[in-house]
Amino acid sequence: MKIRAQIGMVLNLDKCIGCHTCSVTCKNVWTSREGMEYAWFNNVETKPGIGYPKEWEDQKRWFGGWQRLPNGEIRPRQGGKWRILAKIFGNPHLPEIDDYYEPWTYDYEHLHTAGESRTSPVARPVSAITGERMEKIVWGPNWEEILGGEFEKRSKDYNFEDVQKEIYGEFENTFMMYLPRLCEHCLNPACVASCPTGAIYKREEDGIVLIDQEKCRGWRMCVSGCPYKKIYYNWKTGKSEKCIFCYPRIESGLPTVCSETCVGRIRYLGVLLYDADRIKEAASTEAVGDLYEAQLGVFLDPSDPEVERQALEDGIPQAWIDAARRSPVYKMAVQWKIAFPLHPEYRTLPMVWYVPPLSPVQAALENGYIERKEIIPDVESLRIPMRYLANLLTGGRIEPVALALKRMLAMRSFMRKKNIEGVPDERIVEAVGMTRTEVEEMYRLMAIANYEDRYVIPTTHREEVEDAYELRGGCGFTFGDGCASGGLTGGAPAQESSRSRPLAFDPAQTLGMPSTGTFVNRGSLFSKPELRERIRAAVERRKALGLAPRVLADGTVQPPGGAPPAPSPA
Amino acid sequence: MIAFANTLIFGYYPYVALSVFLTGSVVRYNRTQYLWRSGSSELLRKRELVIGSTLFHYGVLVVLGGHLVGFVTPDAVLDFLGVSLRAHQLLAVVAGGISGTAAWVGLTLLVHRRLFDPRIRKTSSAMGIFVLLLVWVQLTFGLATVPLTLHHLDGRMFQVLVHYVQSILYFQPGGAATLLPVSWVYKVHIFLGFTFFLVWPFSRLAHIWSAPVWYLLRLYQVVRRRKAPARRRGMPS
Repeated sequence: MKIRAQIGMVLNLDKCIGCHTCSVTCKNVWTSREGMEYAWFNNVETKPGIGYPKEWEDQKRWFGGWQRLPNGEIRPRQGGKWRILAKIFGNPHLPEIDDYYEPWTYDYEHLHTAGESRTSPVARPVSAITGERMEKIVWGPNWEEILGGEFEKRSKDYNFEDVQKEIYGEFENTFMMYLPRLCEHCLNPACVASCPTGAIYKREEDGIVLIDQEKCRGWRMCVSGCPYKKIYYNWKTGKSEKCIFCYPRIESGLPTVCSETCVGRIRYLGVLLYDADRIKEAASTEAVGDLYEAQLGVFLDPSDPEVERQALEDGIPQAWIDAARRSPVYKMAVQWKIAFPLHPEYRTLPMVWYVPPLSPVQAALENGYIERKEIIPDVESLRIPMRYLANLLTGGRIEPVALALKRMLAMRSFMRKKNIEGVPDERIVEAVGMTRTEVEEMYRLMAIANYEDRYVIPTTHREEVEDAYELRGGCGFTFGDGCASGGLTGGAPAQESSRSRPLAFDPAQTLGMPSTGTFVNRGSLFSKPELRERIRAAVERRKALGLAPRVLADGTVQPPGGAPPAPSPA
Repeated sequence: MIAFANTLIFGYYPYVALSVFLTGSVVRYNRTQYLWRSGSSELLRKRELVIGSTLFHYGVLVVLGGHLVGFVTPDAVLDFLGVSLRAHQLLAVVAGGISGTAAWVGLTLLVHRRLFDPRIRKTSSAMGIFVLLLVWVQLTFGLATVPLTLHHLDGRMFQVLVHYVQSILYFQPGGAATLLPVSWVYKVHIFLGFTFFLVWPFSRLAHIWSAPVWYLLRLYQVVRRRKAPARRRGMPS
């Protein structure tokens, strides 16, 4: 047993209103750069639909994810190492930008400069790649929004497999749901396996999958390797980029931007402990329908003392084990089994989980359209076909999805009876194999959804592995080019770099004061002894005049004027 | 005057080019990793690239490998292996001719795409276009030497070229002078060849250094650890 920890995510699709706030805030923070206009680390699709990029779920077309060989081994579906290397000169399975969409802006300038005319001037679309006018926009990042386009096209949705989809093309029977998507930060990532350079890696301490922007050479095999098509090739920088799970925020105990800004409060973040030695076995499970269960078998119960002992031994901080015990993700995915991985059949063991949507049946039930089966409604008469959800979330197995939906219905029935009629009817929850305490906790987490219940994120323990002294003067967030100026516009977000950091000089430190922050030493200005001496002299003068902060015996800094330092708000 | 120019171009220029190549590569590798990339434009237009790039790269790999083996191998080794000069030359012409033609066809497709596809043209850098054209011209001259060589099947001309390259690589003086009687086609090819090394570190050609052959030796999964495992820090196991 080798225990590792990962921050996972759960999205409650039952509450997603498709507002795209997650996508927009994410884009503003991470991908509003040249070369990445077309890329959405987070996007929201309306299902059924072929999605973004087109038909991403159809691995007969894109060859993403893993494939199980007859001998029980797994290898990337696009081929083993030799075949991947053989294809780096021209990757036949790489999507073209038109499979996403050609990014565009509008010629707003024309509105200012247009001469007098009978009709009002129009800002016409202009390609963000060529700068040329686009006569017709034929596809966009969310072209199928709220069932846009004809059913004929949308019905190519891969999840319609084994579904009599024709009847859902009829107006009366149509259904829809939203599916927000981001990188799954898989336990068995196919992108990592496909990268010839080894630039993509999973972080051991929190499971976040990152692309080392300095190591990436732009071979593009990860783009086709990822079955979720969540790696984007930046055509400007020639490097691939992906969702970084907002790791700078996660490290500080903050939720990702998409989670933080989620209006519907549908996102949950928490720690899962897993046994790294079981990953391969789980991913190699023979039957596609068993992969979901196999993945559940990889997770460990954080309240088990034996797990705790081993976790500590494997270097997981106590704070993380404590967080794992309060983890909303563990509760929803493993304990209550109401959240599912997206397309487990890709064998990547994804770590972003989804609670299936329920609303249609409830509305129909309230209007008396659906039979009540004993105490809770019959989930088989859902408007969204169960088979469709199962194809999306469990590799085709209906039972787990049905159980999850029943549990959510039971929670509603129980809480409604309890709060409105004042009768807590425990038979309801027992019928779905839960206890009253569990259901009440589920209600708090899913319906009340307080911030601190949704996001249980332990801060990272960098101080144990990094000497802060060496970090002083680091470039922080750069365009990935270290402190060297490469003269390149449109750089990447700071994906972590393992390379050495530039030399730095902190004047405060020279003066025996606590560090005041970081100074990037681009030249050798501060390293000259005479300059250092002049700065020291200047500070001494200021001290003498009572203008400079002073360091007290206990290490606190006294600001100029003699007043004691204000206690920090924390 | 001609002799002077000849010495300048074939005696000194190669060392300038190779020095810049070596130091430039090291400096760029250390300072601008972020700009060290293959610079693929496949995302923007796939059709011509998959055929063109695949043909070009496989062809040019054989060509470069052939040049390396053919020019660096000392005569003594060839004698030991029993490879005659004629056979050596024939091998070079046939293998080089076939793979060179494949590379040329592929590269012509790539040049066409880069110059005439608006998406690719608009997103190309000047250096990107320059390098592509440089390699195309170089390949063209390389192929043009094939019919010339067929006129000297005795292999003596071939030997002059091999010895010239070896004189550069093994620091033997006087190599440049032996090139004086050689056809200008070879001379242009040699000059462009060293120019290729000159621009290598400063263009997308840098990606050649990073041919990811190590992939074959590693496990599929890569996990980076920031922390030494607890048991190595002296805790009971």
